[in-house]
Amino acid sequence: MKNLFKSNMSIMLVFSAIVLTAPIWLTPLGANYPDLLQKFAIFGLFAVGYNILFGLTGYLSFGHAAFLGVGSYTAVWSLKLLSMNVFLGIILGTIMSGIFALAIGYLSLRRSGIYFSILTLAFAQMAYSLAYSVLTPITNGETGLQIAANDPRYLDSLVGISQQGQGIPSTNFFGVLLKSWDGYFGFYFAAVILILGFYLSLRVFRSPFGLKLRAIKSNQTRMTYTGFNTRPYLLSAFVISGMYAGLAGSLMVAIDPLAGAERMQWTASGEVVLMTILGGVGTLIGPMLGAVVIKYFENIFSALNNSELHQVFNFLPSFLEETMVFIVSPFVGSGWHLTLGALFMLVVIFLPGGMMEGVTKINSFLKRKFGKTDAEESDVSIQQEVQAKAQQGGE
Amino acid sequence: MDAILIQILNGLDKGAAYALIALGLTLAFGTLGIVNFAHGALFMLGAFCAVTFSKVISFSKQIKDESVTIFDAYKEIPYLEIWWGDFGALIVDFAVPLSIIVAIPVMILVGIIMERGLIKHFYKRTHAEQILVTFGLAIVIQEIIKHFFGANPIPTPAPDIVSGSAAVGALVGLSENLVYPWWRLIYIVFSGLIIFAVFAFLQFTTFGMVVRAGMADRETVGLLGINIQKRFTIVFAIAATVAGLAGVMYSPILPPDYHMGMDFLVLSFVVVVVGGMGSLGGAVAAGFLLGVLQSFASMNEVKSILPGIDQIIIYLVAVVILLVRPRGLMGREGVFED
Repeated sequence: MKNLFKSNMSIMLVFSAIVLTAPIWLTPLGANYPDLLQKFAIFGLFAVGYNILFGLTGYLSFGHAAFLGVGSYTAVWSLKLLSMNVFLGIILGTIMSGIFALAIGYLSLRRSGIYFSILTLAFAQMAYSLAYSVLTPITNGETGLQIAANDPRYLDSLVGISQQGQGIPSTNFFGVLLKSWDGYFGFYFAAVILILGFYLSLRVFRSPFGLKLRAIKSNQTRMTYTGFNTRPYLLSAFVISGMYAGLAGSLMVAIDPLAGAERMQWTASGEVVLMTILGGVGTLIGPMLGAVVIKYFENIFSALNNSELHQVFNFLPSFLEETMVFIVSPFVGSGWHLTLGALFMLVVIFLPGGMMEGVTKINSFLKRKFGKTDAEESDVSIQQEVQAKAQQGGE
Repeated sequence: MDAILIQILNGLDKGAAYALIALGLTLAFGTLGIVNFAHGALFMLGAFCAVTFSKVISFSKQIKDESVTIFDAYKEIPYLEIWWGDFGALIVDFAVPLSIIVAIPVMILVGIIMERGLIKHFYKRTHAEQILVTFGLAIVIQEIIKHFFGANPIPTPAPDIVSGSAAVGALVGLSENLVYPWWRLIYIVFSGLIIFAVFAFLQFTTFGMVVRAGMADRETVGLLGINIQKRFTIVFAIAATVAGLAGVMYSPILPPDYHMGMDFLVLSFVVVVVGGMGSLGGAVAAGFLLGVLQSFASMNEVKSILPGIDQIIIYLVAVVILLVRPRGLMGREGVFED
C-alpha cells in the first residue's frame, strides 16, 4: 500500500479520480445529488485546511468557524458590490479571512495548549456576537446577508453585463452559471478547488515546512532550545488553515449566495474538529474522509423517521422490530446530534487516531495474518518500539 | 447611583452562576487535571432536576370546578393538594427550593459515574483529547435531555412568596424606587453560602486538607499511603453537585432548555482562565468580577459610547489577561504557563 502511495503524482491521480467520479460511485449509497456532493467537497476542504494546523502542529483551535464566516460575508459583499462572477468573491473571501487569521493568530499563538484553544474560542465568540449585534449593517444580523436584484455590482455594469429587472441573479463562473448541469457544475467547481487544496496540503505535508511543523508538535521546547524560532512557522500554518476556511466559506456562498452568523458559532468550529478527529488527525486523507462521513450520516440519519425505521427493520419478527425501532429512534431524525456525540466519544476513547488508525490497524492485522515473513515482522515491531520510545521521550 | 447599584446586583447575579460553574471546573482541573467541557451540561442537568421534581410533585387530577356553574369546567389540582390540603399546596409551590434535596444525591451520583466511567481513563491523555471527549459527552447529555423534555425552555416559577421584588433601595437608605426580585437576591446569597461551604470544607476538614495536599503534590500524598484517587473522585462529585445546585437555583431566573449549559460553559471557561487555572479563589473572584463587568457594559450609557461592548466584554478581558498575564488574576506561577 505504502509504496503505491508514495509519489505525489499517483496520490493526486487517485484522489482526483475518486473525487471527480463521486457522483457515479456514490449513487448506490443514495448520496448522488449536487447539494450533498457540494457539502462533501466544501467541508472536506475546510477539514483538510484545519488539519494543517491541528494535525501538523497539534494546536487545537476552537475558532476556525470565524474564518469560514468572514470568507462567507466577504464573498457575499463581493457578489453584491463587484460582480456575480464568483471568481472574484472566492479570491477576496480567502484573502480577507487570511488577514483575519493573521491578526488573530498573531495574538493567539503567544500561548499554547489549552490557553491557545480558549483564546481562539474567545476571538471566534467575539466575532459571532458582534456579527449578531453591532455589525448588523455589514452582516444583516439574524436574517443573514443575502444578495438582491438591485445591488450595484460595479464591475458587472462596467463591462456591460446588466441584470437589472431580471429578478435575483445567479452566481456564475466566467459566464457559466453554477447551478447549470442540474447543479453538478457547482459540485465540479468545488471539487476542482478541493483537489487543488488537497494538492497544496500534500505539498505542505511533505515539505521541510511541514516537517518543522511536526517537529513543533512533537517537542516545541526542544525546537526552541536548538535556536529555532517556531512562531513564524506556527503563524504561517495558522494563516494557511484560516485561508482554507475562508475558501470553504466563500465556496458555500458561490453555491448558495447567503451568509449567516450561525456559521461562526463555536459549535460550528467544534464540527470541523470532529471531522478531523473522526477521520484521523495529522493524516492526509483522514479529515476529508471524516467530513464526508459526518455530512453523509447527517443527511441520511436526520432524514429518517419512525415509519421509515419500521421499514428498515421489518425483516425482524414484530416484537423485535418494535424494540429495535424504540432503541434506534432517539438516534435519528432530530436526535441525529446524539449519534454524532456518541460516535465522537467512541472515536476519541477507542481510536484517538480516527478512522485512518482503524485502517492502519486492520491493515497490519491482515499483514500479520497473511504473507509476512518473520524477519519483516520483527523489523516492524522494532520500528514500533522505537517509535513508542520516541513518543515517551517527547512527553 | 440607583442604576449603579442595580447593575452591581445584576452583575452579582450573573457572576454567581459563573462563579459556581467556574469553581467546579477549577476543582476538577486542580485535582484530577481534567479539562471538563461537560461541566456546563452538569449545570443544565441540575436545572432539569428542578424541572423533573416540580413536574412529579405537581401530578394533577382533573376535578370539576364548582365555582363555574354555567358550563362544565375542570381544573387541575395536584394530588398532593388533594391529600394534604394546604400543606400539599405549599410543597408544590416550593418545588424549586425543595428539589435541592433531590438534586444533591442525583448530582453526586452523576459525578461519580462520570468520573469512574469516563474521566478516569483520560488522566494520562492530552488536554486536547480531554476537551474533545467531554465535549462529546456534553452533546450526548444535551441530546438525551432534549429527547425527553423537548427543545423549548420550560418555565419553572419560584415560590409565590418570593416572586415579588424586594425594596432594596429603602433598606440601604436610597430611593424607594430601587427594587430587585427576591429570588435573585436569594440566589446571590445561596451562591455565597455554597462557595463558603466548599471553601470551609477544603480548609477546615481533614478530608479537605488531604485534598489540598494532593492538589499541591499528588505523588507525595500517595506515598504517604493515602488513597488520593478516591478522594479526588469525591471532589469531582462535589464539583458536579455545585454545578447542579447552581442550575437548580437558576431555573426560575432562566427557564431551562437543553443548551443552557453550553452557553454558560464557554463563559465559565473564560472565567476560569481569567481567575487562573487551578486557583479556586481566582475562579470565584473572576466569576463575580466578570459578571459585574458584563452588567456594567450593558448599561445604555456605556453602550452608546462603545456599541456592542456588552457582547464581547468578557472575551475581551480574557484575551487581555491571557496575553498580559497568562497565569490569570490569582493563578500560581508556573501552572500552565509556557
